[in-house]
Amino acid sequence: MPAPILEVKSLTKRFGDAIAVDDISFDIRPGEILGLLGPNGAGKTTTIQMLLGLVTPTTGSIRMFGLDLAAHREQILQQVNFSSTYISMPYSLTIEENLWVVAKLYGMTDIARRIDEVLKKVEMEDSRTKVTRRLSSGQMTRLALAKAILTEPKILFLDEPTASLDPDIAHKIRALLKEVRKSSGLSVLYTSHNMKEMEEMSDRIIFLQKGKIVAQGTAQEITQRFGQRNLEEVFLKLARES
Amino acid sequence: MKLHRINALVHRHLFLYRRSLPRLMEIFYWPFLDLVVWGFITVYLMKFQGQLPGVVTFFLGALILWDVLFRAQQGITISFLEEIWARNLMNLFASPLKPSEFLAATMVLSIFKVAAVSVVMATCALVFYDYNVFMIGLSLVPFVLNLVITGWIIGVLTTSIIMRFGQEAEVLAWGMVFLFQPVSCVFYPIEVLPKWLQAIAWGNPAAHIFEGMRMVLNTSVFPSEHLAWAVGLNLLYFALMVGWFHHTFNVCKEQGLLVRVGE
Repeated sequence: MPAPILEVKSLTKRFGDAIAVDDISFDIRPGEILGLLGPNGAGKTTTIQMLLGLVTPTTGSIRMFGLDLAAHREQILQQVNFSSTYISMPYSLTIEENLWVVAKLYGMTDIARRIDEVLKKVEMEDSRTKVTRRLSSGQMTRLALAKAILTEPKILFLDEPTASLDPDIAHKIRALLKEVRKSSGLSVLYTSHNMKEMEEMSDRIIFLQKGKIVAQGTAQEITQRFGQRNLEEVFLKLARES
Repeated sequence: MKLHRINALVHRHLFLYRRSLPRLMEIFYWPFLDLVVWGFITVYLMKFQGQLPGVVTFFLGALILWDVLFRAQQGITISFLEEIWARNLMNLFASPLKPSEFLAATMVLSIFKVAAVSVVMATCALVFYDYNVFMIGLSLVPFVLNLVITGWIIGVLTTSIIMRFGQEAEVLAWGMVFLFQPVSCVFYPIEVLPKWLQAIAWGNPAAHIFEGMRMVLNTSVFPSEHLAWAVGLNLLYFALMVGWFHHTFNVCKEQGLLVRVGE
């Protein structure tokens, strides 16, 4: 089994008296898609923000590519990217300008070719000169995803990447992610409230509740463990118990 | 510090200004209005030329230099606010961009703004009031450079406060600099201040710069002592403010404020 590309040990985040993330440990292997599941407020987004170096953990360690995030932030973030439904890109810039800025931030070369490639992948090659504020919410999500894969990351954090998409585009996005994963060995940490999507996309799933890991394993292992028929039933059971 | 990341951020703002007329107008609108109002006051005061020698040079020069400081401060603070308004801070700080690179980019943008405003104001002063700011001479150059640095110091201070206290503190982007104006002695000599306020003013690099400018105008002697004080104080405050910005950045990351700063 290959060594983990991401290792989280005893990660805890407190905001005053409130515990957002409570002593969680997990890892991701190269090429693996790990689903992070849990009700609102379970600590999924805070976990991703800590993995991106945007929030400092109270205790615990985060290692990626064998390096400690606190000590090697720049080297690690160079090989990581993210997409979130809740974050936008500057509205007054065109799609092309936004992607150019991101590419420069990551020190990429041959930027024009790479922008062409990713716009083709997210089916936005005809919109490249469109100002971002004129995009529909679905196009905005696709732009966020284009930004995330533009830099050819080794690890991708996706916070509800298909939340605002219609089923057709959401299906295309999932197909794209599978293709990128297959071609580049990309590792992904994925959050979603769409249980079918989770089952389809994830190799393993971590179920968070009140900041703690309450279950982990494949979708099948988790549903069997809780005696339910599918992930949605597990989700409802756990959410209602809490 | 990586130049390509500074370049990326500078271009992100240049792209923005390229297609935003309101933003471009904002850069020039206030300086232009200031110049018109103060220009006419100066024209009026010229009637008392005998009692107040060099009044035109004095007021219009001071006004243009004050705007240099103001725009230098705004170049930093407004650039940060633009990232908040665009909800783009997470995109930036989840990338390899360092806080020091972010500051460096805003300083470059600040120089662009100062240069643009200075050219417009100097041209307007020449056209409307037949006033040439460059008649102060080459001694103006080190003072202008120091004013830009003073503007950066106030800009970094304001940005740190906005980052810490959120968007509700954004009004400081326009107001903070005026807190320093009375003790910068822009339009009057430092001796008109009460003694206790003079002591505070001497700790302000801008006061040394404006005092120095007046000395150049009145005596044609290069005020090297004022310049040395301005440089020394600027270096001290600049180091303190950059350190303070980094400290605030870390506090914001610990308290989860960086990801919520626009809310």
